Amino acid sequence: MFEIDIRHAQGDFKLEAAFTAGDGLTALVGPSGSGKTTLANIAAGLIRPEEGRVTFNGETWFDSERTIFLPADRRRIGYVFQEGRLFPHMTVRQNLNYARHFRPTRTNEAADARLIELLGIGHLLERRPAGLSGGEKSRVAIGRALFSAPSLLIMDEPLSALDPARKAEILPHLEYVRDEIGIPILYVSHAMEEVARLANRVVSVAGGRVVAEGEPGAVLGGARPMPDDMEPATFISARISHHLESEGLTVANSRAGRIFLKRSAAEPGDWVRVYISAQDIILGIGEPGNLSALNRLDGRILGLAERGGSVWVTVDCSGEVVLAQVTRHSAARMGLAEGQPVSLLFKSVSIDTQGLFRRQAPDALP
Amino acid sequence: MILSEEDWVALAISLKVAVVASAASLPFGIAVAWLLARKSFPGKSVLNGLVHLPLILPPVVTGYILLILFGRKGAIGSVLDQVFGIVLSFRWTGAALAAAVMGFPLMVRAIRLSIESLDKGLEAAASTLGAGRFNVFRTITLPLIMPGIVTGTILSFAKAMGEFGATITFVSAIPGETKTLAAAIYSYTQVPGGDEGAMRLTLISVVVSLAALLASELLARRVQTRTEGRDV
Repeated sequence: MFEIDIRHAQGDFKLEAAFTAGDGLTALVGPSGSGKTTLANIAAGLIRPEEGRVTFNGETWFDSERTIFLPADRRRIGYVFQEGRLFPHMTVRQNLNYARHFRPTRTNEAADARLIELLGIGHLLERRPAGLSGGEKSRVAIGRALFSAPSLLIMDEPLSALDPARKAEILPHLEYVRDEIGIPILYVSHAMEEVARLANRVVSVAGGRVVAEGEPGAVLGGARPMPDDMEPATFISARISHHLESEGLTVANSRAGRIFLKRSAAEPGDWVRVYISAQDIILGIGEPGNLSALNRLDGRILGLAERGGSVWVTVDCSGEVVLAQVTRHSAARMGLAEGQPVSLLFKSVSIDTQGLFRRQAPDALP
Repeated sequence: MILSEEDWVALAISLKVAVVASAASLPFGIAVAWLLARKSFPGKSVLNGLVHLPLILPPVVTGYILLILFGRKGAIGSVLDQVFGIVLSFRWTGAALAAAVMGFPLMVRAIRLSIESLDKGLEAAASTLGAGRFNVFRTITLPLIMPGIVTGTILSFAKAMGEFGATITFVSAIPGETKTLAAAIYSYTQVPGGDEGAMRLTLISVVVSLAALLASELLARRVQTRTEGRDV
């Protein structure tokens, strides 16, 4: 368990934040300039905060009252930087070995080879960083951080420099790290997709303060304070029921009802996290006519919140809170009000494979 | 073209002085460049000024100050003499000191620039991988500022080869001890019929300087390719 509670000032910017991060992946989200990276650097020991405490598994890394400060090299962390920060004067192999050198561990050559293979960097070992593509650099940077046998992995927007295709290529590797290596991960990001796919827990930061902390669905969904540059969306936990091979669809059951997905690689019985963008939802009152949208969830309006030109409507679908976004005009025309029964309609295709996420552990569900 | 015995000796002294001056001042050059590039402390501008002083002062003045400080009766010289038995004045070691002092600002500047342009993030990355301060410096900082170190050392060497004013003021031009190439050329020009000797040594000077330049070019290019991390 990683615990942090600090106060720190950098010029005019004041950081006053406390949160915890347990097993699995904790995403630190927030708009740029919110203090995410500073928090990550404080966690790593690269910045010494003015006041507060940082502890990890009972070990004190920083305590201003007891004037304890453990520098980065003695914290046993792995840090994957946004820009990779591979050492330019060393080959990929030397970069990886560097991580080994200062923290000698029982070398398990089979495990090393497996990690190199999984990251797909075996053919790069003799190359130098300047000759690598962005995606290759990212994978080497992840490998290097893991080679140092860390007990906490910190990742600062490791994918932000990559185009969508490269991101899609790296994400499975991050899932592997999260699920197989089994160390807590602190993951700084402002990309909804990544957070949705990877996070077990979300800590939302704005203006140097923690504004929300908890399960991804609870923090990012609903009409809660959310970073401005994030798209409103909902996460629903669902269990794969069966595949409709001839139609290229997969059927999953959630608390809110049955959901049709595009044919998914997940097996029947698997738990998945479905990501539904609030903008993809059509809100209907009464019995909808013959529509092409496959998915229909019924519920009651919990609340309405105006956001710029649109209205965010939170709907309680048998205990699952779903967020829909409609224009102010539509909301007025339909006379939306709290407690009103509504239907939520969306296409199966609006949940693409990118939006279908493996879960590490199933939620409690009926 | 045949060099006289004396000419050979002058060339040997010049080379010895230049090599010792640039090599011995290198650790100090790196340390001072590091302080100036990375640290803020009271008196930083004073240190910066002191380092650059030999660049601005007439070399004779620098030589005279060295004589006052490092002469046998000087504040530092007397201590060196009595405690360590080291005498610098009128010795070739004194010529090396004068050459080192004159080349120091050039060396520090080159190394300081390369430290300032180094991405500190790489050092931070190394520390997250378990490397302590000294190891970060040894394995990351030092190799990456190598181009600056090479340039600084070459500049210091070149300055030492050509140093004249401070050297002759501090240690005079004693044949076989402190009479460097530059001093030998000067004394040739001071005697009737010395033109031929002056020309000989001038040619030698040009050859040595060109060779040093060429060697540094090659070395710098090799170091550059390595630190930029291109595949070779």
